[in-house]
Amino acid sequence: MRNFFIAIILFANLSVYGQGQTTMVNIKGGFYLPLYSLDSQKIVVKPFLMDIYPVTNMDYKKFVLQFPDWRKSKIKSIYADTNYLHHWTSDTNFNALLAFSPVVNVSWFAAKKYCECQGKRLPTVAEWELAGKANETKPDATKDLKFNQWLLNWVSKPNTRMLANVGSTFKNYYGVWDLHGLVWEWTFDFNSALTTGESRGDSGLDNTFFCGGGSFASKDINNYAAFMRFASRSSVKAKYGVPNLGFRCVKDKIAQ
Amino acid sequence: MKKGFKLLALVFFISLIFTNCKRNNESSSSVIEKIKGEEIAVLTEAPNVPPPITRNYATKVIVNLEVIEKEMEMMDGVTYNFWTFGGSVPGSFIRIRQGDFVEFHLKNNPNNKLPHNIDLHAVSGQGGGAAATFTAPGHETQFSFTALNAGLYIYHCATAPVGMHIANGMYGLILVEPKEGLPKVDKEFYVCQGDFYTKGTYGEAGLQQFDMDKALKEQPDYVVFNGKVGSLTGDKSMKVKVGETVRLFVGNGGPNLVSSFHVIGDIFDNVYVEGGSLVNHNVQTTLVPAGGSAITEFKCDVPSTLILVDHSIFRTFNKGSLGMLKVEGEEVKAIYSGQQDDRIYQSEGAPQSMPDVPKVASKPLTKEEKLIQGKSIYSSTCQACHQADGKGIGGAFPPLVSSDYFASDPSTIAKTIIHGLSGKITVNGKTYDGVMPKQTLSDAQIASVSTYILNNFGNKGGEVTAADVTKLRK
Repeated sequence: MRNFFIAIILFANLSVYGQGQTTMVNIKGGFYLPLYSLDSQKIVVKPFLMDIYPVTNMDYKKFVLQFPDWRKSKIKSIYADTNYLHHWTSDTNFNALLAFSPVVNVSWFAAKKYCECQGKRLPTVAEWELAGKANETKPDATKDLKFNQWLLNWVSKPNTRMLANVGSTFKNYYGVWDLHGLVWEWTFDFNSALTTGESRGDSGLDNTFFCGGGSFASKDINNYAAFMRFASRSSVKAKYGVPNLGFRCVKDKIAQ
Repeated sequence: MKKGFKLLALVFFISLIFTNCKRNNESSSSVIEKIKGEEIAVLTEAPNVPPPITRNYATKVIVNLEVIEKEMEMMDGVTYNFWTFGGSVPGSFIRIRQGDFVEFHLKNNPNNKLPHNIDLHAVSGQGGGAAATFTAPGHETQFSFTALNAGLYIYHCATAPVGMHIANGMYGLILVEPKEGLPKVDKEFYVCQGDFYTKGTYGEAGLQQFDMDKALKEQPDYVVFNGKVGSLTGDKSMKVKVGETVRLFVGNGGPNLVSSFHVIGDIFDNVYVEGGSLVNHNVQTTLVPAGGSAITEFKCDVPSTLILVDHSIFRTFNKGSLGMLKVEGEEVKAIYSGQQDDRIYQSEGAPQSMPDVPKVASKPLTKEEKLIQGKSIYSSTCQACHQADGKGIGGAFPPLVSSDYFASDPSTIAKTIIHGLSGKITVNGKTYDGVMPKQTLSDAQIASVSTYILNNFGNKGGEVTAADVTKLRK
């Protein structure tokens, strides 16, 4: 009986987003000003396609069925720590209620591989942040007080006991769901977040990100939610699995 | 050859003198002691302090501290998403000895949303450990340090944006006892102040969100000891006996305010200024900087309830920075007599008046909610004079217990709070001739505290609504 209900829930979800896991939307290009930049050096972001939803446990299961090397019992220890798919009960199983929740506890290597196997790639920080500036109605809501308070409220709360399904937060201006409010997401160049300015040595990587150092040379000292994302990115290494860190993929836009 | 060696040795010696950046005094030593044995640090939650260190040698101390993000009460009926070191605000108290070699483990609970780290002001080294302990959720980091300097130090999270991490409760104290130890006292307590910034004003019920705008303006809604309004009052008061000596380890996490720490009813015999080695004597109020500390010691000579306050006093009356230390035992009349007389004194002075600030009414509360809110308001606004048990103080502040003064007309309480009261009144057969200033509370707050008084202290019950109060104001 319980399984039957779960099946209904799963079906209902599927019908909500249909072939959701393969659906992408267009993000028009633009400029992105890194949080840390000594000069006002804007990064040009070319138009690209972005997954509407984060990758779910179900999506990821299909991947490991197809590529057994990325199952938790098989994965090479240089590609993932022991948190890898920690919430899965076996190589290919997990609590059915999590089927449409974002997959978490995946390493950067695994996320990158997943995207490549779909003919996609991980977004750069600049791409992710450009898309993430949007609220429901505006492409750039970084100065919107209500939006910022909403983001801060989310980061203030510990994780929920069970991650919600994808598509449960809000759909932004571009038609992308869950960029905020569900999980953190891997980016391709997550670990270079602090080295955007050429005049700052790499030694800055370690010591810029704590205390007052955190605001030194920042262009947007009041964007606390952005600091949180940058802190989150800087705290991980490529082999880490983290219980609230998932990912989604992007693709270059081929000129029609 | 021999001459060359001598020269080399001389150069080496001189370079030692010039490169030694530590000031050479009693409290700091660059000589690393031999480490004997190993132990796991006892961590305590405020107001408790780990036992004094009796070792006369340095050891390896393993500290295990876990970061936990969780919703807790900031006041009865008001909750907040705190980020904590060890599950409480302030974080766990850590006690080590100068010269100890500390192996520090920072664990970030897997259910946490954010990465965190720790900057211990007791550490000489990059970021006080912050750079070495930047920890993702579900991870644990480790670093080691030798405690070179004795003193009482704040530790705090230093992940950007650091202010918000501290504003959410991420601070605590680490005591590095000097090699010879601290003088023996009878009781030790851990008190740590912090300021909090919430969307709702002081006392507004429910889960409150962090208010970044107020934090940047440094205008807190709450200034509290040990993470919550009332964490050190009533049943939770600290208790000692007459004649005992007390040591308070006082910290101030901030993030913004500097505390004017004062204990009403006693004098600090000794203050370790700013938590260091300089000891001052006979101090009334000591400054505790944000991100700093002080150690205060005093003898409790007579029975009384000592009141801990931030003597930047509106914070105490209106924002929660009030704690109590109950001293129980025999009276010592030679030191303190109590009231000896009460006679009429007439003066032409006008009663004190506070500016009339109308408050916006909140949503109506149920009687139950009013009783909860009323209790908090009572303890922060009324209790200082009318006392926790409502008995008042003979000759000065009339009792609220089984009071015949408002028994026939429950609105009397609200009227008195709104308008204040001065001149002669009779309560339960005794005459009082004092002044109560009008209180700047909202209509809803007055309704709550009136309802609380009517339903406590042996009074006959009843309920006052915010609408009643609005009418009474006119």
